[in-house]
Amino acid sequence: MEKFSYVNATSLEQVTSLLSESGWGEVMLIAGGTDLLAELKEYIETPKTLVNLKTLPGMDSIEVDASGLKIGALATVADIAMHPTIQHHYTVLSQAAGSVATPQIRNVGTLGGNLCQRPRCWYYRDESTDCLKKGGDICYAVDGLSKYHAILGGDPVYIVHPSDLAPALIALGASIKIVGPAGEKTMSLEEFFTLPAANPFRENVLEPNEIVVEVSVPVPKPNTKSFYLKAREKGAPDFALSSVAGVFEMDGKTCKTASIVLGGVAPAPWRSKEAEAAVTGKMIDESVSQQAGADAVKDAEPLNDNMYKVTLTRNLVSRAAMMAAS
Amino acid sequence: MASWGEASESRLIGKRVTRLSGKDKVTGKAKYTFDINEPGMLYGRILRSETAHATVIGIDLSEAEALPGVKAVIPLIEVGNKLRYQGQEIAAVAAETDDIAKDAIRRIHVDLEELPHVVTEDDAMVEGAPQIREDWAGNQSEPNVREDGDINAGFDEAAVEVEATYHTPVQTHVCLETHGHVAKWEDEQNLTVWASTQGVFGVRNDFAQHFELPANQVRVITEHMGGGFGSKFGPGIEGRTAVELARITGKAVKLMLTRKAEHLVAGNRPSMTQQVRAGATSDGRLIAYDMKGYGTGGISSGAGFTGPYVYHVPNSRAERVNVAVNAGNQRAMRAPGHPQGAFAMDSLMDELAEKLGMDPVEFRRINDPNEVRQAQYTLGAQEIGWHRRNTVPGAGTSVKKRGMGVGSGQWGGGGGRGTEARVTINADGTVEAVTGTQDIGTGIRTVIAMIVAEEFGLETTDVRVKVGDSQPGLPSGGSGGSQTTPSVAPVIKTAAAAAKQKLFERIAPLLDAPVGDLRVGTGTIYVVSDRTKTITWKQATGQLGMESISEGGTWEEDLRQNGAAGTQFAEVEIDTQTGAIRVIKIVAVQDCGLAINRLTTESQVNGGVIMGLGQAILEERFMDPVTGRMLNANLEDYKVPGTLEIPEIKSIVFDTHRKVTGVGEPPCIPTPGAIANAVYNAIGVRIRSLPITPDKILDALAEKA
Repeated sequence: MEKFSYVNATSLEQVTSLLSESGWGEVMLIAGGTDLLAELKEYIETPKTLVNLKTLPGMDSIEVDASGLKIGALATVADIAMHPTIQHHYTVLSQAAGSVATPQIRNVGTLGGNLCQRPRCWYYRDESTDCLKKGGDICYAVDGLSKYHAILGGDPVYIVHPSDLAPALIALGASIKIVGPAGEKTMSLEEFFTLPAANPFRENVLEPNEIVVEVSVPVPKPNTKSFYLKAREKGAPDFALSSVAGVFEMDGKTCKTASIVLGGVAPAPWRSKEAEAAVTGKMIDESVSQQAGADAVKDAEPLNDNMYKVTLTRNLVSRAAMMAAS
Repeated sequence: MASWGEASESRLIGKRVTRLSGKDKVTGKAKYTFDINEPGMLYGRILRSETAHATVIGIDLSEAEALPGVKAVIPLIEVGNKLRYQGQEIAAVAAETDDIAKDAIRRIHVDLEELPHVVTEDDAMVEGAPQIREDWAGNQSEPNVREDGDINAGFDEAAVEVEATYHTPVQTHVCLETHGHVAKWEDEQNLTVWASTQGVFGVRNDFAQHFELPANQVRVITEHMGGGFGSKFGPGIEGRTAVELARITGKAVKLMLTRKAEHLVAGNRPSMTQQVRAGATSDGRLIAYDMKGYGTGGISSGAGFTGPYVYHVPNSRAERVNVAVNAGNQRAMRAPGHPQGAFAMDSLMDELAEKLGMDPVEFRRINDPNEVRQAQYTLGAQEIGWHRRNTVPGAGTSVKKRGMGVGSGQWGGGGGRGTEARVTINADGTVEAVTGTQDIGTGIRTVIAMIVAEEFGLETTDVRVKVGDSQPGLPSGGSGGSQTTPSVAPVIKTAAAAAKQKLFERIAPLLDAPVGDLRVGTGTIYVVSDRTKTITWKQATGQLGMESISEGGTWEEDLRQNGAAGTQFAEVEIDTQTGAIRVIKIVAVQDCGLAINRLTTESQVNGGVIMGLGQAILEERFMDPVTGRMLNANLEDYKVPGTLEIPEIKSIVFDTHRKVTGVGEPPCIPTPGAIANAVYNAIGVRIRSLPITPDKILDALAEKA
């Protein structure tokens, strides 16, 4: 990695002020470092300054109250996975967190870092390949090897968003709090992520001088069932080939409301309104669940090597729906 | 005739003995080459090509040389020469820290004239593809053709036929300790090198020749070694570079390959694509086999594979060619050519058996001339519960489906001459066994201690074993071809026997008995005709006074035997909705003659099965046709088995005689075929291309539906 100066953060004001000194990439934030360090070592990022967020007090808490969860951006993935309330009432989130990487990585990786991690695309991660995401001319996955790439929302960059926490949190209706020089703002987590058509270089709407500080999750409705299904080639550590975060408000076998968010198949966590519509208000049976799966992928546009992801995602969505009814 | 004696007489040999270096390894005390740090040592790094094919127009080292902390910068390719694959060496640096070395290689500026590249076999075989080797017409070698019998007559006799194409991709060795060396010149004529190698003496001789030194003034040390699998026989360019940097700077230099370079340039198992047509008679005799295949070993040749394999085919024709691509060279990899060929052959056998309506094991019994494997089929089928197998492949409507399959392998492992060893008994009762072999993780150190301890009536911990050092000047061959134990064990055995004989001669007068009547007990020596005449080992050796007994050994052929048959059975479970494959159990029945240490032999089998499982369901080198680069030169996207992938492995050490046979390689051979056949049995769809990953399973199931 290139040399950089290292600053321990003392306040959010100081952090946003440091970030405001330049555009992307000059000043970068580090918490767990499980993604950033690899990017530095591979020379994908070459910041002049790293700001260590671990010295910010109180940002690693997980608070539970009547309105739901408030999770600090510095809470570790392991903390989220092991939290008893999350395990019982926000199952999809606990399952998603538990599926991340390895115990070592979960112990240091943070919520903020997990949401803001960069793509795993093998062209993006290769220093010598000047791909579209890094300001080059083409997305190499289009004509190259695309086994692990997007089937939905790709154009013009076919990376997939690697986060497991994001689909689960979006499915739970989470919102995200961001602090910038002008103060704080809150938006739905779904709106936080963007597709390459809007911005091929970034995966979210964060400005260079902003920092993610907290995620809030409302209390799930009574009789909610939620699951995170993650298909991968290896037990661990491995990123999702496709994943489904499903949150279903049930009345017996009938689905009152549903949130179905896909991971590993699009450049952003992919909310499948089509799949949700297929189950909402319906008594879920084999045929309804099959329809939900089919609807989830009806707009899929696979590349050369990832047709299987269409089948896989369809089946995972159907499986999640069937689990809700069982 | 030399003999290992009867099992009933053995106190240690054939038993399960914990490896002597085990505690040091798990506590981190064991020092691998990576762990060697000499005072004032410099760190070497190599600048490698990121371009698959180019001519070097210029190399500017000046900015790297000017970087503080950099002690040497040397070019490794001449201007005007061609780079022919990603990873090829361009220049090297030695610097005070590894970070400075890494910074320095980024300050070497190389001008290249890029040339069109071709990195896949299919692209290389297209008419008009860029020419990779000047000595071949096109990118293919002359075909190697082998014929036996009359295939036309064979096919005339066939009642059923199968035609299929089988493929295995390039697999890399993934040594957990990457290739590397620590080089130190003691003076201008004396060189010491710690090397992560499978061949201490081969590396010594290479350095001696290359640097024009007397062989006895080059010392190569490999105390512990983190995996080679056939890729670590020579010092390679990186080894010579480490020594050269040490020579220029006058300091010790450590140069270990990066994980990326390990994938790119440290060898690989070549790919295989074969189109085969085969026929069998209605009574289940394999009668005709016609195969055309190719594979790539990068810019080199060596992409051979077996076929027909193991089973008897009276009429066969096999034609193979090497295909050159712009990628790093192949090197020997655990049973070179066999796992690829075995996967294809065992898949083919199943396809034929199905056409005949015959049980796959039964079909093998008819066609396998090997008596050992005949017995193994029975035992393996029993252990896996073959009767539980799906009678109709893919039957049932459940989401998760299970299936079973079988595969076979054959290896030599008979060892050879060329090992010198000394076994020494000191007057204080201590014992040393020294030889120039190396323990590449297989446990030869423990095996040597067991043989000597058995001979002397001592415990393994009483024997100090010195291996992995060329300095005592007791050469031994490289650890390849499953040859280490069958090459070394006979020499150690005869050396120990000779030393014991010398000791007996010294103490026979004391015990007032003929030498031939003396025997070792447990820590004692006694007279067989009069057990009251017993002395302790230390009393006996005390008779040596100021002397020691030190004896060499000879390679007695009767103590080893060539030929190791193996059979494996696999049970798998497939999630038909996600394509997830879980290997539930592997039964590995491995012929090995006399297993000197049953525990490390089982470990060898476990390791082979795990490697075979990686090839079967995970591992593949992905070459990008556009950039010419390997896309997964890491351990994230080049997936190797982890604990969650490793099934129950039932290693059955199938000892058929009392002679030593090496089994380092054979246990990885039958695994992919057995798993592939189990997948077919589970889902009723055959995957003819490794690795068998969820994408292929889902695509195949979709196609069937």
